[in-house]
Amino acid sequence: MKGLKPKFWDYQDVSADNRERPFNFRRMWKLTIFLTAGVALIPLISLAIVDYHVTQRSIESENLLRTARLVSNARRSISFFFAGHRAALRFIVKENRFETLNKPGSLEQILGNLKESFGGFTDLGLIDPLGNQRNYTGPFKLLGKNYSEQDWFKEVCKRGAYISGVFLGFRHIPHMVIAVKRDLPNGFFYIIRATLDTKNLNDLLSGLEIGGQGDAFVVNRKGILQTPSLYHGKVLEKASLSVPKYALRTRVFEEKDLNGTPFIIGYRYISATPFIVMVVKHKRKLMKSWYKTRFDLMIFLAVSIIVILGVVIGTATYLINKLYAADLTQISTLHQVEYANKMASVGRLAAGVAHEVNNPLAIINEKAGLIKDLFIYKKEYGGDDKLLGLVESILSSVKRAGTITKRLLSFSRHTEVNIRSVDLKKLIEEVLGFLIKEAEYRSITISLDASDGIPPVESDEGKLQEIFLNLANNALAAMKDGGCLDIRIRPKDVNNVLVTVSDDGCGIPKKNLECIFEPFFSTKTKKGGTGLGLSLTVNFVREMGGEIAVESTVGEGTTFFITLPTKMGRKERRNI
Amino acid sequence: MRVLLVDDESELVSALAERLSFRGIEADWSSKCYDALTQMERKKYDLAVLDMKMPKMNGIELKKKMQEKFPDMKFIFMTGHGSEDNYRAGSAEAGADYFLVKPVDIDTLVEKMNEVLHK
Repeated sequence: MKGLKPKFWDYQDVSADNRERPFNFRRMWKLTIFLTAGVALIPLISLAIVDYHVTQRSIESENLLRTARLVSNARRSISFFFAGHRAALRFIVKENRFETLNKPGSLEQILGNLKESFGGFTDLGLIDPLGNQRNYTGPFKLLGKNYSEQDWFKEVCKRGAYISGVFLGFRHIPHMVIAVKRDLPNGFFYIIRATLDTKNLNDLLSGLEIGGQGDAFVVNRKGILQTPSLYHGKVLEKASLSVPKYALRTRVFEEKDLNGTPFIIGYRYISATPFIVMVVKHKRKLMKSWYKTRFDLMIFLAVSIIVILGVVIGTATYLINKLYAADLTQISTLHQVEYANKMASVGRLAAGVAHEVNNPLAIINEKAGLIKDLFIYKKEYGGDDKLLGLVESILSSVKRAGTITKRLLSFSRHTEVNIRSVDLKKLIEEVLGFLIKEAEYRSITISLDASDGIPPVESDEGKLQEIFLNLANNALAAMKDGGCLDIRIRPKDVNNVLVTVSDDGCGIPKKNLECIFEPFFSTKTKKGGTGLGLSLTVNFVREMGGEIAVESTVGEGTTFFITLPTKMGRKERRNI
Repeated sequence: MRVLLVDDESELVSALAERLSFRGIEADWSSKCYDALTQMERKKYDLAVLDMKMPKMNGIELKKKMQEKFPDMKFIFMTGHGSEDNYRAGSAEAGADYFLVKPVDIDTLVEKMNEVLHK
C-alpha cells in the first residue's frame, strides 16, 4: 500500500515560510476523483437501476400475462368439456321419449355410443318426476333408487341442468354427475343422469404446458380439490390455498405462502359449474432466467464501476502528480532565485567588508613594515630584538587577515556564472579554509587527497564552491566531535573526475536516502534547515553535466560521489 | 629607479614610499590624482604604482592620462577591492604591467617593479 501512495499525499512545505500554497493536492485529487467518477458513474448507475426495474417489471408482467392466458385456456377447455357432455345428454333427452328411454336395453346402447364418442361416461340413468330411477345402465345396482330428496334432483328440477362437483358417493371413487331435464307440454318431465369419471378432466389439466414447477388444478367453491394437484393437496382434500375471491373474469395475483415463498396465482370461476380452475406457479422458478440476467448485469455493473474508478483514480493521480511536480519545480526555482539573490547580497556585503578591512590592513602592514625597516636600516632604532619580534607578529597577523579577506572576496565574486578551468584541489582547499576553524574546535580531522595528474575541470567556480561547501557543511553537521572528513579527488576516466566526500557521521536511514535530493526534504526543519541544500547541490552538479550519488550506513557514515566532466558540453553551457 | 606612488590613503602610501627608499628606490607619493599629474610635470618617473579605486578618478583613468604624457612609463596597480582575478580583465584592458592585492608584501612589490622595468 505504501508504494501506491501518491507522491503528493504527505507533502508538506518545509521551506518554513508563510507563503500561501496555491494548491491543496490531496483535496484537489479527491475533488477530481469525486467529480469525474460522479459524472461517469451516476448516469451509469441510474441507467442500470432504471433498466433493472423496467426489465424486472416487464418480466413480471409477462409472467402474469402468460399465467392469465394459461388460466383462460384451461377455463375454455373445461367449459367445452362440460358443455359437450351436457349437450350430448340434452340431445339424448330431446331425441328420445320417456317410454323409449325406459325400454330395457335402450340406455345400454346409448351409453355405449357415448363411451365411444366422448369417453368418460360410467353409467346412465332415467329418473321420473318423483325422483325414482326408472331405468339404469352401469356397473352398480341403482335401479329403483329414489333421488327426490337429494340436492342435485331439486337443482335439476329447478334449472333444467345440473353439473355436480367431484364426490366419492356410493362407489368410493371420485366421479361427478351431469343431469339434464326434459319438460313436456303436458307438465310431465324426465331426467337423464350420467356419471362421469374424472380421468378426462384430469387429462385435460395435466396436458397444459405450465412450466416453472407450476400446478394447474380445479377446486370447488369451498376450496376442495376436484382434480389432482402436484403441490397443494390430494383430490377431495382442502387445498392449501384459500378460495380466491369471486370474479367474472380471469384474475392473476401474487401471494406468499407461510414460508414466504412467492407464488403467482391465476384463477377463473367456470360458469354453470361449481368449479374454479386455478394455475399456481413458483415465482422464483419463473424469474430464474431474469435472476441469471440480473446477476450478469450486476457483474457487468461492478466491473464497469471498478474499471471507471480505476481509470479515474489512475488519471487523477497521474495528473495531480504532474501538477505537484511542476509546482515543486516552480517553488524550487523561486527558492533558488531567492537563494541566489541572498548569496549575491552576502557576496556584496563580504566584498564591501573585505575592501573596508583591506585598506586599514594595508596601512597597518605598511606602518608595521616601516617600523621593521627602521629597525633594520636605521642604527638608532636597531638592536631591540623584542620589538622586532612584535613587529613580525603584527605583520604575520596582517598576512593572516589578508588571506581571510582574499578568501571572502574570492567567494563573493563567484555569484555570477563564469565558466573556466578550475583546479579542483585548490578550490576545495579554499572551501575547507572556511571550515578549518570549526573543525579545529571540534577536533575533526579533515583530509584532502588528490592523486597526481588530476586535470582541471571546466566549470563555474562559484557553483563548485557551493557544492563542496554544502557537502562539507552537511558532513560536519552529521559528525560527532573527533570525527574524520575525508575528501579524495581521482580521475574517473579520460573525461571525468570523481570527488568522494566521506564522513564517519551518523549516516542516513535507508528510507531517507531516496528523498535527500528532493527539494524541501529535510530532517533538520526544527533546526532551521530548508531542505534545499542537497537539492541545490544536485541541481548545480547536473547543470555542469555531472552526476551525484550517495552511499550511507546508519552509524557508520556517508559518502557522496561527485562526478564532474573535464569539458562542459554545449547543452550544459546553455543551461547553467 | 624613480617611482610615483598614488593612493587616496596617504598613511599607506607615505609609509610605502619610505620603505621603498630604504631599499634604494626613489619613491614619491601623492594621495590625490591631480596632484600626482602635477608632480609628474616636475619630475620624470620610470614607474607609477596606482591604487585602482580612488575618489574623483580611478587608477585606470589616471594611468591613461599619465600615459598620454609619458608613453614609456610603466604601471603597477594595487587594489584592496578584489583578488587577482577581479581586475585581470580590467587591468589588461588598461595596459597595466602588473597589479597587487592589498595588503602588499614589500619584497613582492620590489620584485615586480624590477621585473616590469626590465621587461
